[in-house]
Amino acid sequence: MLKQKLLFGLALAISLVFAGSVNAQTLKIGLKSEPSSMDPHYHNLTPNNMMALYVFDRLILQDEKQNLKPGLAVSWNNVDELTWEFKLRSGVKWHDGSDFSADDVAFTIGRAPNVPNSPSSLGRYIKQIKSVEIIDPLTIRLKTEKPFPLMPTYMSTFGIVSKKTGTGASTEDYNSGKAMNGTGPFKFVEFVPGDRIVYKRNDNYWGEKPNWSDVIVKPLSNNSARVAALLAGVVDMIDFVPTSDIEILKKNDKVSISQTVSNRVIYMHIDTARDKSPFVTDVNGNPMDKNPLKDLRVRKAMSMAINRKGIVEKVMEGVAIPAGQLLPDGFFAISPNLKVEPYNPEGAKALLKEAGWGDGFGLTIQGPNNRYVNDAKIVQAIAQMLTRVGIKSKVDTMPKNVFFPRGSKLEFSFMLVGWGAGSGEPSSPLGALLHTYDKSQGFGSSNRGRFSNADLDAKLEQALATVDREKHKNLLIEATEIGINNLGIIPLHFQVNTWAVRKGLVYNARTDEQTLAMGVKPAP
Amino acid sequence: MIAFLIRRLTQSGLVLLVMSLLVFIGVFAIGNPVDILINPDADQEEIERAIKALGLDKPMWEQYWIFLVNALQGDLGRSFVFNIPALQLIWQRMPATLELAGFAMFLSIFLGIPLGMIAGLKPDSWVGRTIMSGSILGFSLPTFWVGLMMILLFAVYLGWLPASGRGETVDVFGVPVSFLTLNGLSHILLPAINLALFKLSLTIRLARAGTREAMLMDYVKFARAKGLSNARVIMVHVFKNIMIPVVTVLGLELGNVIAFSVVTETIFSWPGMGKLIIDSINVLDRPVIVAYLLMTVSMFIVINLVVDIIYSMLDPRVRLGDMKS
Repeated sequence: MLKQKLLFGLALAISLVFAGSVNAQTLKIGLKSEPSSMDPHYHNLTPNNMMALYVFDRLILQDEKQNLKPGLAVSWNNVDELTWEFKLRSGVKWHDGSDFSADDVAFTIGRAPNVPNSPSSLGRYIKQIKSVEIIDPLTIRLKTEKPFPLMPTYMSTFGIVSKKTGTGASTEDYNSGKAMNGTGPFKFVEFVPGDRIVYKRNDNYWGEKPNWSDVIVKPLSNNSARVAALLAGVVDMIDFVPTSDIEILKKNDKVSISQTVSNRVIYMHIDTARDKSPFVTDVNGNPMDKNPLKDLRVRKAMSMAINRKGIVEKVMEGVAIPAGQLLPDGFFAISPNLKVEPYNPEGAKALLKEAGWGDGFGLTIQGPNNRYVNDAKIVQAIAQMLTRVGIKSKVDTMPKNVFFPRGSKLEFSFMLVGWGAGSGEPSSPLGALLHTYDKSQGFGSSNRGRFSNADLDAKLEQALATVDREKHKNLLIEATEIGINNLGIIPLHFQVNTWAVRKGLVYNARTDEQTLAMGVKPAP
Repeated sequence: MIAFLIRRLTQSGLVLLVMSLLVFIGVFAIGNPVDILINPDADQEEIERAIKALGLDKPMWEQYWIFLVNALQGDLGRSFVFNIPALQLIWQRMPATLELAGFAMFLSIFLGIPLGMIAGLKPDSWVGRTIMSGSILGFSLPTFWVGLMMILLFAVYLGWLPASGRGETVDVFGVPVSFLTLNGLSHILLPAINLALFKLSLTIRLARAGTREAMLMDYVKFARAKGLSNARVIMVHVFKNIMIPVVTVLGLELGNVIAFSVVTETIFSWPGMGKLIIDSINVLDRPVIVAYLLMTVSMFIVINLVVDIIYSMLDPRVRLGDMKS
């Protein structure tokens, strides 16, 4: 009895010591992926880009639905087809107190594509700029060789750094904090790799001031541990809530859930180019000299055989939206004509028969098992659905570090992949996934099925050279329709991004999967 | 002695060389890290630039040769992901892992030996049986499951201890340690227990077996006959004799704890080397993988060497010159 009392007392004492020491204005965030550096230009990948947003503003910002909104630039327009002019915000101060001006923008455009040893640079968004012209301290002009309608979108992808602190600064100087001088809503305090990143509020911020005086970001890569940390109150917010935990968390009165559809489409890529595809066999599993996947009717039948609603309900536990094109409703240049392919196994069988594959064929489907939400399970479900209509399918899933290198070497015939359109419009998936592989122009870099359609190529290239917004949009819609109707890829579903926050907070859920402390507010 | 050392060092060098070659070939065979590190939006020009920037455009044997030449000068290359020298990266994470491993070893020794001795002295009592059943659980339950259950019970349900992270640290001689603050201690407790569980069970079993054997020995009977108190017989005579196997095994286990605390570190988000190596493997960060494994192998070589030398000093019958190193 005494022992019990002692134990209880001890427990009470421990819990009292560890509770309540945290400032009410501190926000603690648990993230699935950690940035590899604080340098905003070192590694062009979502975790790095979103953490850079805390400290470094961009010329143009993206709201939670990826619509462009003024950032350090208040307005932008075409002076002529080859010149974009940006009017900069006046009165903006760097964290060290100096003034922001066009010089800083010009300096950033020079630095961002050229960070030494960068494993993924921002050059993609900057190389169209042939020259930079500073008109006055608050006006800057960017000249291109060809008309370039995507300029505002591309200018929303990288943070502007200070010329004064940034000159000669290396990636190490950003990690140590020496060069972490931004104009953004938070000031940098400290970066301890693997453990935490700490920020404090910038009280002189030009825009809406964040609700939090201090922000601590912790990498918690294990899914269960991340959920546990939220339930234990170690963090106030987590991203990438596992689909299996969402229902349980919804019932928990200590937390609330924020969700929105993602810009990430999950799709099947198909080898439509080769006559002899590595993982296509005849019904008995023998190699074949003919590739049925080249036949549009076969691809159509495969798309009809996939029960997207079933995958969403059973595999994704309702946390996804069936897809009929490259981006979900609400994004720029969505085709009103493309609909989700209805589930029709009988029709699929008939179509296969018509194409001369009534007896079916053999196929191995590849996919990653640690990249997308429930990726391996989706591949299994699809294999079953295809087998039901006569395409005898096997499953081969592997870790992403094996899957992507092999996929890029064109070792697969039919594979599950996902694409997040960071730009919030369809030219990025069209150019990378569906345009003919073209090294010199930089098209089709992720076209792992080597789909090729001359009409699509022409429409997309025309769209990318048309500055008129309405014409540009219509061309993108036409290109999307060609790509989807010819089944260069088979879209499956759009992921849904899910955050969980402590009761009393709300998060403005974002389509681009970014977790930003600026978007976390006390519940009204 | 000298001949033995020279022979042992040459062999160690050879082991390191073969190991580095194997890892190099292995990572090369898995694939190109740029495919994972690069933004999917990147075009071919950018992919080629990145491959060149990381030195991956050269043939494998040339990459290995460059690595070898640099390694002999003490440079194991820069991490592809962090652009920081791989050794420095491991060095930064090492204190956290060493602290966790040390704390776990501390727990397993100071709980395991007394518990094992009790179980050995009273093998048929309910106390002894409970301890032994407990050790079976400690052996057989998977670490990751126990870790998650501990988080669920102590952090989520009871709310006594934090679920993850390292907590406050204090610098001791420039090395950050967390066991000196109450907050840090509360953070290390769960992962350390999780990591210690297996070693604890091992220690209990070793101590119990040793105790049971020693209790039957003539020197114990003699000490009893001499009229020594029970406490003195157990604490001095039995205790000293069971320590030999315990120390040997735990010494070797220490290496294991340091090198392979991967699971515990991942579950508890402990910012140590184990988490670093898993993250590096996931993105094929070859310089870090190679440097980490080279370091681990070196550590085991040194531990074994030290054990051999200590043996020869403890036991005059063992002569290093005769040992097959």
